[in-house]
Amino acid sequence: MLKLLYFARLRENLGVAAEQIALPAGVVDVETLARHLRARGDAWARELAPGRPIRAAVNQSMAREETRIRDGDEVAFFPPVTGG
Amino acid sequence: MAIRVQTEDFDAGSELRRLRAGDRTIGAVASFVGLVRDLASAPVAEMVLEHYPGMTEKSLAAIVSEAQARWPLLGAAVIHRVGRLRAGEQIVWVGVASAHRKEAFAACEFIVDALKTRAPFWKKEYTPDGPRWVEARPADEQAARKWEGGDDESAQRS
Repeated sequence: MLKLLYFARLRENLGVAAEQIALPAGVVDVETLARHLRARGDAWARELAPGRPIRAAVNQSMAREETRIRDGDEVAFFPPVTGG
Repeated sequence: MAIRVQTEDFDAGSELRRLRAGDRTIGAVASFVGLVRDLASAPVAEMVLEHYPGMTEKSLAAIVSEAQARWPLLGAAVIHRVGRLRAGEQIVWVGVASAHRKEAFAACEFIVDALKTRAPFWKKEYTPDGPRWVEARPADEQAARKWEGGDDESAQRS
């Protein structure tokens, strides 16, 4: 299973804050997970479109597109941060 | 190291006293307070700060650890508020103690620059025209990047 979290504009536009999914076949890193989620269409395709300013974290550490994803991981997607 | 993420306001004076309490080798304390700003062109009645519980605390602790590895610090603390905030309210407090002022100033600025680009907080402003998510500023990325590279002397004021 993967625990997926969405924050801020993504959470609002996707209409989901958190979900659990079985690790999809072919998903090995952040890039392939984003591609899998984009295939849901509509808001997913728009919000996670390549070129959109989206950040990801794997197990609560900032990640890159090539960061590996394994069964049991917590993966979060969100816009660039604006704290401070 | 003290890291706090909270909805309540804080008193910068008592936080400063706590930071330096019990260590007489401290010769300098630098601190920063960030506020909710109201712009004349777009009045912000209030904002809501969202965060990623768990990762927020971890990333702030990692940033403070980096500062401690980089400068000889005698204390460092970060308080960041979340939830509903109005114009004029305090958002964030960073305090750093060291033997001499130079390290305290540099480490304080480093921590603020790093948390603005690495700690998972998001601001949503409520204006008379409706709510809007605050966009990340390229200037913040630039400020954080100036600390990359090992030479602190040149990195500080480039």
